[in-house]
Amino acid sequence: MQRFLPHPLLTVMLALIWLLLSNSIAPGQMVLGILLGWALPFFALQFWPDKVKVHKPLTLLKFTYILLHDIIEANFIVALRILGNPDKLRPAFIVVPIDLNSDFAMSILANTTCLTPGSLSALLAPDRKSILVHTMDVGDIDAFIHTIKTRYEQPLKEIFEE
Amino acid sequence: MNILLEILLSVLIVAGASFTFIGSLGLARLRDFYTRLHGPTKGTTLGVGCLLIASAIFFSTRDEGISLHEGLITLFLFITAPISAHLLAKAALHLKVESLVPLPDEAIERKNKQHQKYHSVD
Repeated sequence: MQRFLPHPLLTVMLALIWLLLSNSIAPGQMVLGILLGWALPFFALQFWPDKVKVHKPLTLLKFTYILLHDIIEANFIVALRILGNPDKLRPAFIVVPIDLNSDFAMSILANTTCLTPGSLSALLAPDRKSILVHTMDVGDIDAFIHTIKTRYEQPLKEIFEE
Repeated sequence: MNILLEILLSVLIVAGASFTFIGSLGLARLRDFYTRLHGPTKGTTLGVGCLLIASAIFFSTRDEGISLHEGLITLFLFITAPISAHLLAKAALHLKVESLVPLPDEAIERKNKQHQKYHSVD
């Protein structure tokens, strides 16, 4: 199983992406998509050393919803800050301690902090215990860290690790 | 084409163009490199999103069949925009590009030490 189908999840994703690319659900395209989804992971094997497992699909759905909601909100906030007085912004570098073990969850968290609440992940500490985040305008640093940890890190931990 | 649909499409396109414009405007208005990175990464995701939704609706109602290419573009955008922003920020920290706030020297030093360690192993 492991040898013939190294990443079942990736296979499904690639097949879906192929169908979207060809913009058709003709049976021929489906077969081609499944074939590609099966074959390509062998070439990408060394990029995916760990197995990615989704433990709680429902939490993943909820997380996606929260993420989309926050992205839209963040867009408005950032637009307002750009149009407002840029001298009044309070940017800061903040070290956010993280407590994730899987590389995949960590990169999703870093991606998430880039897309949402006015922050940008800049460095991963060598010991992988914290990320350095740059924020555009932050009043209460502790509250910011708390938001990242409860709103994004906690669900990711549940989805990919437990 | 239905007039209501046309209005919806126009609103989406104008909204998309405005957000993209504001995001780019951030490059000119903000004061240092790190805050400038925020404009294009966040201000534009919604902008491009609106344009893509408009495109999907337009081609789905005009031609036969629905058009879902746009979903794919959104997916790729959400994956690549944060990564490019992350790498730019990382490179800027490595070069110690000036910032409005004090740079986190300790974190940069630790990272640089890690890089040196990797190079000495080679």
